[in-house]
Amino acid sequence: MKLISLNINGLPVEVEEGTTLLEAARAYGVNIPTLCHDDGLSSYGACRLCVVEIGPPGKSKMVSSCTYRCEDGLEVRTHSAKIMKTRAMMLELLVSSSPQSKTIQDLASAHGMTKQRFRPEHEDCILCGLCIRMCAEQMMSSAIGFVGRGPNRRITTAFDEVSEVCRRCGGCMYICPVCMSRCHGPDEEATLCNACLNFSPSCVAVYDDVQCWMPPECGTCVRPEGDYLPATGRLATEES
Amino acid sequence: MTGKIRSVSELHEFQASLKEELQGDRTVITLCAGPGCAASGADNVAKAFRKHIEEMGLTDQVTFKCTGCHGFCALAPVVAIDPAGYCYEGVKQADVKDILERTIIGGEVIEKLLYVDPETGEPVLYEKDIPFYKHQDRILLAENRQIDPDRLEDFLAIDGYSALAKVLDEMSSEDVIQAILDSGLRGRGGAGFPTGLKWQIAHQQTAEPKYIVCNADEGDPGAFMDRGIIEGNPHRVIEGMCIGARAIGANQGFVYVRYEYPIAVQRINQAVDQAREAGLLGENILGSDFSFDLKVVMGAGAFVCGEETALIASLEGKKGEPVQRPPFPVESGYRGKPTVINNVESWTCVPHVIGKGAEWFSSIGSEGSKGTKIFSLVGKVKNTGLVEVPMGTTIRKIVYDIGGGVPNGKSFKAIQTGGPAGGCLPEDLIDLPIDFEALTKAGTIMGSGGLIVMDESTCMVDVARYFTRFLEEESCGKCYSCRKGTQRMRELLDDICEGKGTLDHLDLLEELGETVNNASMCGLGQNAANPVLSTLRYFRHEYEAHITEHRCSAGVCAALIRYFIQEELCDGCHACSKVCPVEAISGEKDLEHEIDPDVCITCGSCIEVCPTDAIIIVSGSGEEA
Repeated sequence: MKLISLNINGLPVEVEEGTTLLEAARAYGVNIPTLCHDDGLSSYGACRLCVVEIGPPGKSKMVSSCTYRCEDGLEVRTHSAKIMKTRAMMLELLVSSSPQSKTIQDLASAHGMTKQRFRPEHEDCILCGLCIRMCAEQMMSSAIGFVGRGPNRRITTAFDEVSEVCRRCGGCMYICPVCMSRCHGPDEEATLCNACLNFSPSCVAVYDDVQCWMPPECGTCVRPEGDYLPATGRLATEES
Repeated sequence: MTGKIRSVSELHEFQASLKEELQGDRTVITLCAGPGCAASGADNVAKAFRKHIEEMGLTDQVTFKCTGCHGFCALAPVVAIDPAGYCYEGVKQADVKDILERTIIGGEVIEKLLYVDPETGEPVLYEKDIPFYKHQDRILLAENRQIDPDRLEDFLAIDGYSALAKVLDEMSSEDVIQAILDSGLRGRGGAGFPTGLKWQIAHQQTAEPKYIVCNADEGDPGAFMDRGIIEGNPHRVIEGMCIGARAIGANQGFVYVRYEYPIAVQRINQAVDQAREAGLLGENILGSDFSFDLKVVMGAGAFVCGEETALIASLEGKKGEPVQRPPFPVESGYRGKPTVINNVESWTCVPHVIGKGAEWFSSIGSEGSKGTKIFSLVGKVKNTGLVEVPMGTTIRKIVYDIGGGVPNGKSFKAIQTGGPAGGCLPEDLIDLPIDFEALTKAGTIMGSGGLIVMDESTCMVDVARYFTRFLEEESCGKCYSCRKGTQRMRELLDDICEGKGTLDHLDLLEELGETVNNASMCGLGQNAANPVLSTLRYFRHEYEAHITEHRCSAGVCAALIRYFIQEELCDGCHACSKVCPVEAISGEKDLEHEIDPDVCITCGSCIEVCPTDAIIIVSGSGEEA
């Protein structure tokens, strides 16, 4: 197998030919956020969160790292100011349309976002296509797919009929970044609680399940530090 | 047609005999039956010509031809008479007998059908002297006027397929590619990639088979360059594709044409059949070892399918959605094989480059952009139509010398280039030469060549909103940045047009626009914010007036304008109150009337009927819009 040498954030790296920029970056410990990527599925490039800058400064362009293959001598920047600004705007778009997704809320919080400026919407699906690829590539079923374009694009079964090939396996729901982890944080339309980011240790680190299943009134995560008293639920550490 | 042409020498003999047969000393009446003329009743005029020529027994002296688009759509339907070179405009069915009797038999010119030069007020006798044509350099479009697109013989009579014969007879693949490289021809579909380089890369690929594709999925609103060529000169496209196929080593090609162009679909299909029958497509073309065939595929109407990777997906029977490049189609295209995709106009340039030489081609145009380019000139301009000029021609020359300027005494405000994903340029930039580099620098694109002229009655915020809405609807929806970004930009523009905008909207629009252009995958998304960003760059004051003064100076944005009756001019005739569909106008007979702004839907019916021009549109704090 041919090896490709490139440069990620100033770090010379070597990867096998055919490796994507995302795989290369992750292999070298650089974390790039994604919503539509899964290691077990083909790359698609829908969410545009994994964009990175390629080429020398001044002549660079942005590509989605999950779909772009490593090239010899390529100069890659994964967290430049330009990229962070773009990612923040992508997250602002995402969180304004699907604020109920904890996955999206967490990503937005991690990028320091506290407000979004668009008219709030409540769309569940972000059309990332993970479910379609899950169904086709892992479940060998191809029961669902995209139809329509622009504002009419949606995911459905063929001709909107009950699918004959769907085995009700639930793989589509399992992989969905929006519907499987609901955020029950403060419900004010334009404000993000940011609590998961500010709280230490974070819910994600403490609970054995990435879903924050505590009822909204618990308020644990918004209480000042030191005032920590879980109202409901158990800590993962207590369990052991 | 007399069966297959078996060799290059047979082709030349056949061409010579056709030239003799078709030309001679006959008078040729040419009626433009392109899209503009057909819409203005060219069909009936054609019927009348055929009928009267027959009845008057002129069939031996006169050849009557319906051709593709001549270009001057503002004069439709257009009739040209050769060899005299006369041009008649706006010809009606009733004029036909007159033309035959007076001009063809009597040799006299009918003055009322001549084009009148608005500068001098004098009628213009010859087509070549009409300013619209005089200032152009028509290479590709000139042929439209010479041939009946239904007849292969007409095309052969103007030395059609000679360039292909030259390639088969005396040029290697490398020679052809070198010629295209030397010519400096760049793709006419929008991105301007050097055509020769694309062919060279395809030629170097080892994978087999290779394919070539003609992209005729012209979807820009108001643009019809490719349609003009395919409908008017389909064999030139086929010839170009044969040469390209020979150069890269392909044996199969596709013409991907949108189904909204039924005549183009019919013409190209018919031309492919004719070429196949004549041995110009199929096995062993002109007796050589080169075999190549074409299939015409119809697109289903998605704008994004003009993007090459989406086009390939559509060709393969999949949903038309772009994918990541690289790999580029020249490496991995149709069915994963090397595929060269060029636009209709690029393919049409190829036989001219081969026939007249790379040096000739590269002598036309500007430093980085060679040859001529066809533009479809539409909007608020007197002479609308298809315009062909050398690359690097200034906007001023196109709009004023060729286009005749803005009609109705209004003033020029902006020109939109490059289709919906292009940008708007202000009057300050009217001396900008149109080529790939200059346009990109000014924040817009060449695109496939749409030019929309806007005057003072055009609201730039509304224009940005219109194109953003178009792109929102035509985005394939794969990239979140493009799908959601265009929706959010349109919402912000809606707010501004409705007077609900704030100055923060502008910063957000700019920030969002940059993200949409930067983060999206394909050419559509990467240019989707151009209408917004370019109008913000050059017409920010209009946005600000909408926001801070609630004023739409063009009088377009319904929420920001009011219709107002000037007391001193109103004579109380009731004309306006009669046509008002919502009964917003009140007032006694012979006394001044009044419009209730809360009821008025700003439809404009009253303005049209007011005999004293008492009604005006006001915006903002009450000034006339």
